[in-house]
Amino acid sequence: MREKSQVEEVGRSLYDFRKEEKDAYRVGAGLTPAIVEQISREKKDPPWMTLFRLQSLQIYDSMSMPDWGPSIEGLDMDHIVTYVRPNTKMSAKWSEVPEDIKDTFERLGIPQAERKSLAGVGAQYDSELVYHNLQEEVAAQGVIYTDLESAMHGPYAKMIQSHFMKLVPPSDHKFAALHGAVWSGGSFVYVPPHVSVTIPLQSYFRLNAPGAGQFEHTLIIVDEGADLHFIEGCSAPKYNVANLHAGCVELFVGKNAHLRYSTIENWSKNMYNLNTKRALVEEGGTMEWVSGSFGSHVSYLYPMTILKGRKARMEFTGITFAGKGQDLDTGAKVVHSAPETSSYINTKSISKDGGASTFRSSLVIQEGAEHSKAAVSCQSLMLDDISRSDTIPAMDIRTGDADVGHEARIGRISDDAVFYLMSRGISEEDARAMIVSGFADNVSKELPLEYAVEMNNLIRLEMKGSIG
Amino acid sequence: MSASLLKTEQLNVSVEGKHILYDVDMTIREGETHVLMGPNGAGKSTLGYTLMGGPRYHVDSGRILLEGRDITESPADQRARDGLFLSFQEPLEVPGLSLQDFLRSALEQRTGKRLRFTDFYKKLKAAMEVLHLDPSYSVRDLNVGFSGGEKKKIEILQLLLFQPKLAILDETDSGLDVDAVRLVSDGVRAYQKDHKGALLIITHSTRILESLHVDQTHVMVEGHMVADGDGSMVDEINENGYESYVERAIREGAVRS
Repeated sequence: MREKSQVEEVGRSLYDFRKEEKDAYRVGAGLTPAIVEQISREKKDPPWMTLFRLQSLQIYDSMSMPDWGPSIEGLDMDHIVTYVRPNTKMSAKWSEVPEDIKDTFERLGIPQAERKSLAGVGAQYDSELVYHNLQEEVAAQGVIYTDLESAMHGPYAKMIQSHFMKLVPPSDHKFAALHGAVWSGGSFVYVPPHVSVTIPLQSYFRLNAPGAGQFEHTLIIVDEGADLHFIEGCSAPKYNVANLHAGCVELFVGKNAHLRYSTIENWSKNMYNLNTKRALVEEGGTMEWVSGSFGSHVSYLYPMTILKGRKARMEFTGITFAGKGQDLDTGAKVVHSAPETSSYINTKSISKDGGASTFRSSLVIQEGAEHSKAAVSCQSLMLDDISRSDTIPAMDIRTGDADVGHEARIGRISDDAVFYLMSRGISEEDARAMIVSGFADNVSKELPLEYAVEMNNLIRLEMKGSIG
Repeated sequence: MSASLLKTEQLNVSVEGKHILYDVDMTIREGETHVLMGPNGAGKSTLGYTLMGGPRYHVDSGRILLEGRDITESPADQRARDGLFLSFQEPLEVPGLSLQDFLRSALEQRTGKRLRFTDFYKKLKAAMEVLHLDPSYSVRDLNVGFSGGEKKKIEILQLLLFQPKLAILDETDSGLDVDAVRLVSDGVRAYQKDHKGALLIITHSTRILESLHVDQTHVMVEGHMVADGDGSMVDEINENGYESYVERAIREGAVRS
């Protein structure tokens, strides 16, 4: 028999670290109107928001848990502390951020990103935005990038009220209702007409307290003819208590505007990631999604795009990597509701060590959306015999002249390709990692360099010990 | 006489339970060029893949020695780092892995040292020039969308960069046009000359051999080595074919009729 290298467990130490809790404040574990009011008071919500939260809680109580998709039985909402605020106030200066929090951020590479003159960094520690910085030149263009809480009291209060949870109403599903009731933190971005933000805006989210859920809300409005690239990067330390992430992202893409929304999610392997993301695209506008899902125990994630105006278009590029103990149900949804709209969904999924990856897509071409074009492509790679990969595409086409394409492929790593690389002196582990990275290459090409590097590192990390 | 580089001792090999190679003995010394000829299906490629450690090739008995060390059970990457190289008959495609990333990673793993990109690129460009390969190929995905001839040139490109002690060329000349054969031969000659590298050339044509000095010729029929000779044997086979070798093998009882 041939000797093969074996690594016991994936070395996630880079990502799995936590700080001692020094919470200034913590609400009770269960969820009641009193708690929601308490959150609202603490957030200094305007009255409409307090009402919105309470209505959302009612909807939450009246809705049942989803009866499809991966099991979320491990979630016990009565024991999830929904709101944890770190020991710090909003800070615009790095030097004012407390040391232990800074340490966490440094390990996440935020200062490096800063040094690379990125446009603005809003980093979320637990449920609060603690560090926020927007480059002056971007602000000078009239671009607003701030936390949602303070924006509700500023000159954009009306804009927020007329957009907040209009794309994802609390009645959408139980976790959208929960989000409406307890949301906390997140970003607000407004790009005025015809302004091109040339450097990407980024935001990091991170969960740190055991049992704490994170319910950040991202609201982005890109006005007519404007252009923005927003990057959301997530990672969380590992805990034994079930963690829940039920964030919400609402994106409004104006006439002839362009928005690219990139995400790398690397939640710890006990996280329930029930995130809802949705975009509305006006005439001639373009929405581009780039989505990498690596972590979490269970994910339900299907960014949705509504192509509302004529010639609106969207492109979704996604990758999902499901390892041991992970059940990742991901995909994309698109609704064509105007003529000459086009969409392209291109996803890759990788499963290994018994991980399950499900691709779920929904394509709707409504009546009246004549001459629309849509293509869905999904490719899956299974790295062993105990992993799962499923494809569940749904299509509802109500026009006679739609141009629709669909392609699905499920494959394995070719032993011959591994041998070919090994015969050049490359170790078996690296050969496999190179083939998997290559498989993911069309996604990493869509990411800014440092994120592409991070994604490749994540793939390498995940591939470690995959040779039994 | 120089030292033995590669030696097989009574090598018996099966593929998916089927016995393919019978008691193969072969010795290649440093810097020598050997040619392995034989009719289709004789087991020539099986020998090549077995020497390299292909996963489907099972050594039932016998040994493979590289510089006196038993490598029969070594994984392919170890053999490669020990100085073996196999030019594949059908090189594999790896989508998303660029040729230059692949070559640089391989070089770094072979030496165990980091290689600065500028140093690497200099080497790469020089080797590509020998083979008249356009530099733009270096950023393309490994072998993806390459023609048969281009893939073979990429194999020889690797030969030039990796500088192995022994290169096994499996039908590297098949399916190539005259110009491509000439360029591949140029590459192989550069390897012989600059690195004093040894060669085991598996072929059933002789085109690639025309410009090379051959030290020894082996003829394989149905998994048996039936004849050894010097370089002139290539010309003889070229003229008369394998028939006499097959007949002789049957007569001697080595091969079933």
